[in-house]
Amino acid sequence: MHELSIALSIVEAAEEEVQRQGGGEVCTVHLRLGPLSGVVREALQFSWELACAGTPLERSELTIENVPVRIYCGTCAAEGDPVSAQCLYCARCGGTSCRVTAGAELEVVSLELVEFAESAT
Amino acid sequence: MTQSRLVEIRQKVLTKNDVGARALRQRFEEAGVCVIGLVSSPGSGKTAFLEYILTKLGKEFRVAALVGDLATDNDAVRLARSGVPVKQIVTGTICHLDAAMVTEALREFDLAGLDFLFIENVGNLVCPSSYDLGENARAVLLSVTEGEDKPLKYPSIFNTADAAIITKTDLADAVEFDSVAAHRNIDSVGPGMPVFECSVKKELGLGEILRWMNLLRDTGGRRSIAIPGIADACAEQPA
Repeated sequence: MHELSIALSIVEAAEEEVQRQGGGEVCTVHLRLGPLSGVVREALQFSWELACAGTPLERSELTIENVPVRIYCGTCAAEGDPVSAQCLYCARCGGTSCRVTAGAELEVVSLELVEFAESAT
Repeated sequence: MTQSRLVEIRQKVLTKNDVGARALRQRFEEAGVCVIGLVSSPGSGKTAFLEYILTKLGKEFRVAALVGDLATDNDAVRLARSGVPVKQIVTGTICHLDAAMVTEALREFDLAGLDFLFIENVGNLVCPSSYDLGENARAVLLSVTEGEDKPLKYPSIFNTADAAIITKTDLADAVEFDSVAAHRNIDSVGPGMPVFECSVKKELGLGEILRWMNLLRDTGGRRSIAIPGIADACAEQPA
């Protein structure tokens, strides 16, 4: 269970960005997460509120986009789907000389900052 | 009334660790030391395995080890019996080693005076997979008593390793270990990964592993990290 430290790293990255943006409050953080990242979505969501306490992300929501595993198959000489996340062989030809090209993502995509309406009038 | 503004970041969460690992990798390369990481679940025999390896390699090479543990220095005490320098990293409640902890622990080491450095991670098959430590290679250990399907349950750790070592093979018959299934499952989550079998107790299969380590040192092997997003090497996309 290292999701709390992962959540703290996300909060830290978000806080740095908030500073660059001249301050404000974060309402949403968008994350991309692959099944091979070693991070469990539910545990990360569970840690989120705690990690955000006392920061500009205090009332923020974490939205997580699941990234499917993709492989490059040497036999097909092309990118494709694996049989499953537990079987990283080529689903197309059954080839075993494959390497993972996606599915380990653990990436903050964007933030949504709260803005007050007076600037929009 | 409030509205929100979207700010693009596109930043890997573990960027700081990746930067630290890259700096470590560069230091290791410059010092000419071959660094091998060991990961496994608790009780797979990492420490017994490492004690044997340190003793053997220590006769011919300058060898040292870093050992991660949640609370005790028992492993470092055991490994020190091999006669090589050993440094314990007590992580407290943290379930994995990261690049910063390794950097801190290496303060007392003269890397240029070493041929091999081993980094024994905290016993855990989940969290260490996310943290690159700058090693030349990472070996994942699996004892026969854990069952053949462990690789399928923890695909990340096997996929980010460069070799798998099946330990305690002297107990294989007693626990009806299915070696063929274990090899198949390891290959399924880490296609093409070399797999070794050994028993430290009976001193079986260890010569082959020592040869693999020597080869790694001779060739200056670099982690063939299979998963993108963990190190810069992964930025390459297939042509």
